[in-house]
Amino acid sequence: MIRIGCGAGFGGDRLEPAVTLLERAGLDYLVLECLAERTIGLGQKRRMHDPEAGYDPLLDRRLAPLLPLLKRHGTRLITNMGSANPLAAGRRVVRLAEEAGMALTVAVVTGDDVLGIIDPAAPSLENGRPLSGHGPILSANAYLGADALLPALETGADVVITGRVADPSLVVAPLAHRFGWKLDDWDRIGQATVIGHLLECAGQITGGYFADPGRKDVPGLADLGFPFADIDAEGRCRIGKLAGTGGLITAATVKEQLLYEVTDPSGYVTPDAVADFRAVRITPTGPDQVEVVGGTAKPRPDTLKVSVGYHAGFVGEGEISYAGANALGRARLAGRILDERLRPSIPELTVECLGGEAYRHGFLEGLPPTVEYRLRVVGRAADAATAGEIGREVEAMLTNGPAGGGGARGSVRETVGIVSTLVERSRVRPQVTVVESAR
Amino acid sequence: MKIRLHEIAHCRAGDKGDTSTLSLFAFDERHYTLLRREVTAEAVGRHLSRTVRGEVVRFEMPNVAALQFVCRQALRSGVTTSLAIDPHGKCLSSELLEMEIEAGE
Repeated sequence: MIRIGCGAGFGGDRLEPAVTLLERAGLDYLVLECLAERTIGLGQKRRMHDPEAGYDPLLDRRLAPLLPLLKRHGTRLITNMGSANPLAAGRRVVRLAEEAGMALTVAVVTGDDVLGIIDPAAPSLENGRPLSGHGPILSANAYLGADALLPALETGADVVITGRVADPSLVVAPLAHRFGWKLDDWDRIGQATVIGHLLECAGQITGGYFADPGRKDVPGLADLGFPFADIDAEGRCRIGKLAGTGGLITAATVKEQLLYEVTDPSGYVTPDAVADFRAVRITPTGPDQVEVVGGTAKPRPDTLKVSVGYHAGFVGEGEISYAGANALGRARLAGRILDERLRPSIPELTVECLGGEAYRHGFLEGLPPTVEYRLRVVGRAADAATAGEIGREVEAMLTNGPAGGGGARGSVRETVGIVSTLVERSRVRPQVTVVESAR
Repeated sequence: MKIRLHEIAHCRAGDKGDTSTLSLFAFDERHYTLLRREVTAEAVGRHLSRTVRGEVVRFEMPNVAALQFVCRQALRSGVTTSLAIDPHGKCLSSELLEMEIEAGE
């Protein structure tokens, strides 16, 4: 039986639940999943300015408190915080250990960067247009699988740090490593993929992203506990959380996560397997504890998915509020003025009302009566100066638009888009580099 | 008798590119048959037609008393480049629960 905890479900996740897990859960492995789709593209841009940058910007703050606890409790850490620069991340982790006076070994997995072997003229999986036709390409990273992580675990390193790896593989690898499962044992690898998929979003299985007051109440969301799973050599799994932490684990929270972001429950494609969730059974076995069995899989694909990051221009955004008598009429008038002035130079433009139907991509039709509207104008432009016109024009509504507009704000941000392609598995060569602290 | 889905079901939204995935679960597994009968792919496509421009595909998951709706072209070009206020389409889960269904035989 081994125990694997998940201490982060996205790059900006809370810092303290991982500390609590390490202190009290008796973990064999701690997994931190911190890499969203576009994060590597942003990291690649940072690396261009500074060759030692490009890893997760929160690495110091997240790992400094964890390293001594990992050592004290004999827990191994597996994380994709390496992002666009896993080697620099590994060196940084070693430096953090040295600053804390600790001996630490880090195994860095590289090889996900496939910018040099993708064909920029290849069609994207999303829309069939050539990859390079979307914008200047910034990054191309293949989703590595458990097979890339196993050699790193075999080094005995305290910390395994990677760039782009399929999220469930962060859990599949330690299970295969510890129990000696063959990577073509499809039933076990399928079940391991289910467990990894359930754990990867951390708090999303312990009551985070679940509460609906009066219908689905969740206690203690200000102190949400993160999950761990106890798994035996057959792959039977019990998911739980620490007593005294907030949140809850029920069949319902686990079921929601099982299907989260799944586009085919009979064929969930990862680098490790094509997992089948149709026979998964989820059974409560105690307070904040459920058993999960029945995951299976078909053989893994011969290709790996590649996320290609490209420069997608600059997004400018502006907002202004209208409230009280005829608020909607005045918001609409401001929206028409802004549309008239901005659309000639920014064709990709959206004018909508927050608090109305903006979430539906709506345009002020069929709004319920309310006393406050926040007009939102957002558009994309090739350069920052043009995108900045949106905020300036919205601000001009303070003195040049309808009566009583207030709280005008504007911003510009550079955006990285993502499209996908496939690459032959045989062309991707993962490598492991071990770095150790000086003492 | 018409009821709102919110009374008997819960839902989680996820995203992949320009696709929204909506997982619909019966609170009481005895309601799964009713959900299967009433909440068809066509009905979901109609209910979310303001947002979802592509096809809606439904998967039946009796093992967890759930229906999985995979909605294409739902996020105005996808999370990374969408100009929408909610680029992940997280709000769609609650909008689906606003749907009314016929609860009688």
